[in-house]
Amino acid sequence: MSVDQATVRHIARLARIKVSDDEAQKLEAELSAILAWVEQLDGVDTDGVEPMTSVVEVEMKMRQDEVTDGGVPDDVVGNAPKRDNHFFLVPKVVE
Amino acid sequence: MTDLIDLSLSDARDGLQNKTFSAADLTQAHLDAISRAGMLNAFVTETPELALEMATRSDRKIAGGEAGPLEGLPLGIKDLFCTKGTMTTASSHILDGFVPAYESTVTANLWRDGAVMMGKLNCDEFAMGSSNETSFYGPVINPWRRASDGAQLVPGGSSGGSAAAVAARLCVGATATDTGGSIRQPGALTGIVGLKPTYGRCSRWGIVAFASSLDQAGPLTRTVRDAAIMLRSMAGHDPKDTTSLDLPVPDYEAALTGDVRGMRIGIPEEYRLDGMPEEIDALWQRGIEWLKAAGAEISDISLPHTHHALPAYYIVAPAEASSNLARYDGVRYGLRVPGDDIIEMYENTRASGFGAEVKRRVLIGTYVLSAGYYDAYYIKAQKVRTLIKRDFEQAFADVDLILTPTTPNAAFAPGEITDPVTMYLNDIFTVTVNMAGLPGISVPAGLSGEGLPLGLQLIGKAFDEETLFRGAGVLEQAAEFNAAPERWWE
Repeated sequence: MSVDQATVRHIARLARIKVSDDEAQKLEAELSAILAWVEQLDGVDTDGVEPMTSVVEVEMKMRQDEVTDGGVPDDVVGNAPKRDNHFFLVPKVVE
Repeated sequence: MTDLIDLSLSDARDGLQNKTFSAADLTQAHLDAISRAGMLNAFVTETPELALEMATRSDRKIAGGEAGPLEGLPLGIKDLFCTKGTMTTASSHILDGFVPAYESTVTANLWRDGAVMMGKLNCDEFAMGSSNETSFYGPVINPWRRASDGAQLVPGGSSGGSAAAVAARLCVGATATDTGGSIRQPGALTGIVGLKPTYGRCSRWGIVAFASSLDQAGPLTRTVRDAAIMLRSMAGHDPKDTTSLDLPVPDYEAALTGDVRGMRIGIPEEYRLDGMPEEIDALWQRGIEWLKAAGAEISDISLPHTHHALPAYYIVAPAEASSNLARYDGVRYGLRVPGDDIIEMYENTRASGFGAEVKRRVLIGTYVLSAGYYDAYYIKAQKVRTLIKRDFEQAFADVDLILTPTTPNAAFAPGEITDPVTMYLNDIFTVTVNMAGLPGISVPAGLSGEGLPLGLQLIGKAFDEETLFRGAGVLEQAAEFNAAPERWWE
């Protein structure tokens, strides 16, 4: 399947990436080529095949439900581009 | 005495233990080499002061008889591993200035064992690439040049800085990560050894995530023995990564017995591609002869779903990447580009923070996971993945190791491959191994007609890196690969 520019803009919106008109045009061709290439998988018979969920055979490990880390708010916000004390600052989201 | 930077990791270790030279001298020699190799662009961040401080501490420990297994050995760290107090960028603009408050488990294991950090190594942005051309910090240059025209070449990717640094003798070994071939392919293109362990052998905690079901850390070194030594320190169970294997870590160096008599080696017919360069095929044939001469039993095997691995990978990996990279939102770390509201701030930040290849993969991943397409793409690819793994399980009922070329070509020039799908084909022999979670190693095995290194790959059974090392050691010995690039960059 190929994608059109409207689809490119839709998935770019879902992915939260702004694309310019030039980029959308280029991406339309590039994404269509990649999708056309991966679609050769349609020819593989996968009837009755389970989709992979774990690549190595291992037992699911359980752990105690307890706090093992934390109490380091300075570290948590230390890299934030905008912060106020121990809060991350974002543009206003509630009017 | 030979130049200290020409020593392999194991020779440097022995020299330090015998007090032939000090860790400070060894580190200084490599720092000098790094300062002369700026044009290779292998490092994103150099940490000379930290290196000398760590080396001095190592000298004290050696003097006090408390040396760890990697005591005083100068290593480079791919800039995908979080290092406490040292900037970590994944070679992306979006992680501008990010200084982790924590240490990745793999690097913590290396420092525990006495290793010295020389700095953070360039790579493709978020490890997405096969040529190191997608790095925000610019391409890495391969220490090897083409004989005919002296053209500068790519070192492969995504661990291009790690491979170039080790090949150019800027460190004795480097950490790397492999999601589709990112350790083995650059290893092959720069004439060094690259090992991708079984999925889960090394903890992924603190490594910037690309595709979580495929990512695995491993070493790039100049010898098989060096890889064995480094993996032993890197590997191990980690409660902070639920997928890390809860198995004892063997002494891999002890597995290097040099004896492969009776070992069964499979040759998969599907890896013989139409249009593959004659010299790649000839190298593969030589590898077969070497192992046969060493007493191994060679047999033809079939891995019928091989050709579907790469397209399936380019569904699974972007899908997981689109999810993993959702965290880069301009709020918690790195770059932030303002917008009129929060959505526009996200969109502006991600538009200017991600490079073209990362955007392509995030968008492909978003598309294949979006409503209506999930089953057709993602579930289909995961079913194909089950078939690929089954191929290997059936083959490994009859053989102990599988021998293939590592790459379909030698190193190429920057800008030579511009079409994304053509670039993806560079991983055609390596990606199957990630899809099945198996260990694989690339061993330098010869030179192309242009005087460029070529690698052979051995693939092992899950959890069985020991047999892999044993086979690789014999291959290395037979190949007698001792070519080194001229130091034209100095």
